[in-house]
Amino acid sequence: MPPLTIDEWPEGWPTDLSRRDFLKWSGASLALALLSACRQPLEKIIPYGQEPENLVAGKPLSFATALAQGRSACGVLVTSHMGRPTRIDGNPRHPDSLGAADIFTQAEILNLYDPDRSQVVLEAGQPSHWQTFAAAWTRVLSGLRNGEGLRILTGAVISPSLGDQLSRILKRYPGARWHQYEPVASDAPQEGSLLAFGRRLLPRYRLREAEIIVSLDSDFLGSGPGRLAYAREFASRRRPERGQPMSRLYVAEGTPSITGSMADHHLPASQLQIEAMARQIAWACGARCARLPLEEPARRWAAAAAADLKRSRGRGLLAVGEFQPPMVHALAHAVNHALGNAGSTVEYLPPPDFRPESHARSMGTLARDMGAGRVSALVTVDCNPAYAAPADLDFPGLYRRLPFRVHAGHYADETAAISHWHLPLAHPLESWGDLRASDGTVTLCQPLIAPLYEGKSASELLSALFDENPRSGYELLRARWRHRPSFERFWLESLSEGVVAGTRYSPQRVEPRRTLAERLEPVSQAGYELLLRPDPTVLDGRHANNGWLQELPKPQTTLTWDNAALISPLTARTLEVENGDLLELRFRGRLLEAPAWVLANQAERSVTLHLGYGRRAGGKTAAGLGVDAYALRQGAEPWGGSGLELAKRSGRRALAATQGHHSMEGRRHVRAATLAQFKARPDFARQTEPGPAAEESLYPRWEPGEYAWGMTVNLNSCIGCSACVIACQAENNSPVVGKQEVLRGREMHWLRVDRYVEEHPPRMLHQPVPCMHCENAPCELVCPVGATVHSQEGLNEMVYNRCVGTRYCSNNCPYKVRRFNFFQYADLKTESLKMLRNPEVSVRERGVMEKCTYCVQRISAARIAAKKEGRRIRDGEVVTACQAACPAEAIVFGDLRDAQSRLSGQKADPLNYDLLASLGTRPRTSYLARLTNPAPELAS
Amino acid sequence: MNRPWIGPEHTYASVTDKISAIVLTEKAPRAWLWGFGVSLLLLSMLVAATVYLFAAGIGVWGVNVPVSWGFAIINFVWWIGIGHAGTLISAILLLLRQKWRTSINRFAEAMTLFAVVCAALFPVLHLGRPDKFYWLIPYPSTMGVWPQFRSPLIWDFFAISTYGTVSLLFWYVGLIPDLATLRDGARRPWASKVYGFLAMGWRGSARHWHRYETAYLLLAGLATALVVSVHSIVSLDFAASLLPGWHTTIFPPYFVSGAIYSGFAMVLTLAIPLRAYYGLEAFITERHLNNMANVMLATGLIVAYGYLMEHFMSWYGENAYEHAVTINRMRGPYAPAYWALLLFNVIIPQSLWWRRVRASPWALLAVSLSVNLGMWLERFVIVITSLHRDFLVSSWGMYYPTRWDWATFLGSLGLFFTAMFLFIRFLPVISVSETRELLSEPGASRS
Repeated sequence: MPPLTIDEWPEGWPTDLSRRDFLKWSGASLALALLSACRQPLEKIIPYGQEPENLVAGKPLSFATALAQGRSACGVLVTSHMGRPTRIDGNPRHPDSLGAADIFTQAEILNLYDPDRSQVVLEAGQPSHWQTFAAAWTRVLSGLRNGEGLRILTGAVISPSLGDQLSRILKRYPGARWHQYEPVASDAPQEGSLLAFGRRLLPRYRLREAEIIVSLDSDFLGSGPGRLAYAREFASRRRPERGQPMSRLYVAEGTPSITGSMADHHLPASQLQIEAMARQIAWACGARCARLPLEEPARRWAAAAAADLKRSRGRGLLAVGEFQPPMVHALAHAVNHALGNAGSTVEYLPPPDFRPESHARSMGTLARDMGAGRVSALVTVDCNPAYAAPADLDFPGLYRRLPFRVHAGHYADETAAISHWHLPLAHPLESWGDLRASDGTVTLCQPLIAPLYEGKSASELLSALFDENPRSGYELLRARWRHRPSFERFWLESLSEGVVAGTRYSPQRVEPRRTLAERLEPVSQAGYELLLRPDPTVLDGRHANNGWLQELPKPQTTLTWDNAALISPLTARTLEVENGDLLELRFRGRLLEAPAWVLANQAERSVTLHLGYGRRAGGKTAAGLGVDAYALRQGAEPWGGSGLELAKRSGRRALAATQGHHSMEGRRHVRAATLAQFKARPDFARQTEPGPAAEESLYPRWEPGEYAWGMTVNLNSCIGCSACVIACQAENNSPVVGKQEVLRGREMHWLRVDRYVEEHPPRMLHQPVPCMHCENAPCELVCPVGATVHSQEGLNEMVYNRCVGTRYCSNNCPYKVRRFNFFQYADLKTESLKMLRNPEVSVRERGVMEKCTYCVQRISAARIAAKKEGRRIRDGEVVTACQAACPAEAIVFGDLRDAQSRLSGQKADPLNYDLLASLGTRPRTSYLARLTNPAPELAS
Repeated sequence: MNRPWIGPEHTYASVTDKISAIVLTEKAPRAWLWGFGVSLLLLSMLVAATVYLFAAGIGVWGVNVPVSWGFAIINFVWWIGIGHAGTLISAILLLLRQKWRTSINRFAEAMTLFAVVCAALFPVLHLGRPDKFYWLIPYPSTMGVWPQFRSPLIWDFFAISTYGTVSLLFWYVGLIPDLATLRDGARRPWASKVYGFLAMGWRGSARHWHRYETAYLLLAGLATALVVSVHSIVSLDFAASLLPGWHTTIFPPYFVSGAIYSGFAMVLTLAIPLRAYYGLEAFITERHLNNMANVMLATGLIVAYGYLMEHFMSWYGENAYEHAVTINRMRGPYAPAYWALLLFNVIIPQSLWWRRVRASPWALLAVSLSVNLGMWLERFVIVITSLHRDFLVSSWGMYYPTRWDWATFLGSLGLFFTAMFLFIRFLPVISVSETRELLSEPGASRS
């Protein structure tokens, strides 16, 4: 028998632990355990606006700060429950938010609590300490004369203080170089303005002024820093029933986008066609440029768009997508100037970047220097080049040869895996900093919580690396802004408001060059065309470990957890492939195998592949999903090009889409009409499927309560961006179920966005579907235990505790908005995720049904506030989570008993209709029908 | 067909001996052991599947949104339907004085009872929180909450529990004289003790017989209503909803006839091998088989008429959703199940028009199996095709059963057959006392 003592200590237990050490460690653990209960930042943070100065136990506070996604910053208000941030909304005072928040910004809260986030310093993959790293770093830095051979690689820097810090470092170490590489921010808009104006400027649209908008591959509603503001401005011109003239939107694009789905005239067009159309339009508007041959129907489309633009001088707008070549941007600038749109519908502002430059060139220079052996130490900050650098640079190969490689990031990702050191970065909600919005407005960012792990912010990291006396992020930020008069007051106000007054850039007066120097290269249109695009939900891959974003159906395909080669129906027929069949893509000698997904309205010979998948590291969720489109990426052609070879391979991959059927089958769930049809028959939507009158029932009607809650969704405003879905998920603690469960049809979103494709005219329609809160709810009738009941105020309520899980209610729900916990989906084990939860909403257990509650917790909060003041709840006092997030203000919630409420106005709108009205369910949620404004020239 | 309901060679004594011999022989026959073994294996699969289901959650099955009901409900309706033949045979045929019922009523009733047990299993298993199933029972709870009486599932609960209770009582009361016979014939003391206990002191006195006959008749009267009510109420689970394909008034009669149809198919499925193996041809004669085949043919035609009317109404009613469901059944992804159902339930049973088929036990067995399968498919088509594509096109989905669905379904067959085999081994499969009565019929030998 072996001696018992051998196994006395479990593996990994430090056997050389002395008694004193043991006591020290247990003391420290105890202290840490206590600390985790109060994780307030050490420095004073300032609540938003007029809120009470002091923390009232149980009452959430909200704090203004900003979050960046690459080159775009979004001002946010973060809800904090007793020092625990739980939710991110937009900051109404921030120009790039106006109170709305997109999916990425909202989902940052999950990133904060992500258990896979990088927590400690890693040396060659093994846990280490900051001190150990500091010692190693000092040796390396002192070995570099003047910083010769030292390179710093960052993403796009739009933080003034971080930029200043980098400039100081470069001044102190003249031999060092700073490179920027933002994988999915295009250089072309700035390069285009260089061509046109000789300056790096970015256009900012004023869509409220625009009557005719022609978009050449521009997804201004769906991507780019201004999108939230644009969505609101665009929506304001799509309410003809209110008497405002309606704008007209032309969109030509290779792969359908959010903006394309709102178009009055949508044209799937290849890259080459788009350039030809740009030239055609420019020529027609008086610009001197070469032209390319253009075929029907693009020619007619371009002619109509040009004619419309010319007719509305000063009220038209030609917008060009960021993935278009600089020349097309320059042409658009010329057109907008020629037609007097500049200064009216478009203005030009300096880019928010601290040092605007071509990222492709910056990365190219770095790679060249690395190859030439001119780099001896590379510090990568918040950037993952080993994954996201163009494949032809062979970054990992070059990187591995460097003598000293440091990576600082939020995750131990692909770059971390081949670095000597990996340093954890603090989450933006744990850090001080500042960010510049697309119009120049600066936000001072404050932390909501002390760092959960050992991370440092980027500025703290740079200070630790290069300053003799490293300073905290707080000190660094205050030092940067200390020059402001009456500083303490400035500081208080800026933090409280979330914007720094007076930092907005003023529009630049520019004149385009008379002649555009241009070379027309002979373009071969052999083979297919490859379009590499940022993924709609995980962007360049930075959100690959975010379950909310992975499970959020992508706006066009409703795919989750995967990317795919998006092909047109014609291509699919030619290659005889169906959804999920594997395709072989060969581009510039590189090969990639990807599953196919057939997408209506995709340009015929264009294949779109989204970047951001095929991660090999960077978290348990991220790794192993989808295919890595970066493998096909070229430094010179970051967004793809023609000459793609496509072949069918054997085998298939199961792709998890949340919606399997995209034709309405003639059922008119989304009702749409042209402006002319609407004028002829304003109540067309209600006449399509009329319901029985309220009195046509054998049963007595519900006794009305004090309030009658209801909702409208304006399909004319809704752009289908899914911000509401993430807002709902964050507010209501909705779990993530994973790809296998989505494949089974068990996603848990309380609010979904339905997509329908129509062929004549070709377009996509969106329809957000929350619970309808039917007055005659079919679900209530069939529940055997009374777990779903009707409230006096018209809410269809779900009593989780009473539910036994017969699922009869879901069967009987004609809208299928009920969601069932087939397994224990809510993660009850991971400690960090417990902090994420909204304490106002129950976390559901296995075997119970759940669904949209109209954010009943928010109604209750408003009711308590109203009762204390002895009044009714005011109109607009209850804002549901989906409504708050919506950039287009498409969702209106309120009280139907108040005839003056905004909701009552919406319900009286001629466009208002009930979904499946003929069933007599009398839904409280209703829709405002979609209208289009087609051009007379293209109407036939 | 005026042949007697019992073979001419039988006397009172031989009837008793022949039937009780199955139970009272010392050694279990080899085939019985095999059958019982296989059934027991399937039953243990049910136990394993149930344990896993309770541990992991309802997600191990293929149900989802929109198809929230799957195999569990299909199996539930199927089993309940099978049970109906037993009640019909024992109750309605008794009231109608159809003497031929005597040789089949006992095991048909046993079949009913076991089918109800199998059926009752599924509504509990399919709950998201099966530990809370008793909330469907109206009891004065300290929470002051009652079930929601407008829900068809509550009606279901009453219908099934009543049905189970009455079926058990009816079966047991009918067994009492036979239990006494076994008590008297048992050679082993423990057997006679057990049978004696269960016989509740039956001595066969005239008073006993009088009370017995009265009770039996009363129970038959009660059960008669149940033949119609139970499956009508089960059908209301569907008919009371608003789903296209479910929301239809034809369901109650169509479900009841379907139930009797499948029930008779199951009685034949059991009777034919049973009579062959135990040599009971003299008791379950070809005339019996012929009669049962006739009932099957008749109810099958009603069922076929139901299918026809469903389609007619979906066309005549001009409801777009209803119409789409009908088209989807015929041409959608589950169309094979639909066409197979028509083949098994409508086409193949038409062979029963031929006497040669009705007279051939093995052909009849094949038809019965076809109907059993067809009726299961019918429930599959009703449950799945209505759910998977309902009103909003966006929520259309698919349902694929998992291995645990199959394990539970096949396992329930294991439960049924295990119970059936035990019944065959320990209780008289044919009513001894009633068969003896048959001997007093005109035309029967009484030597």
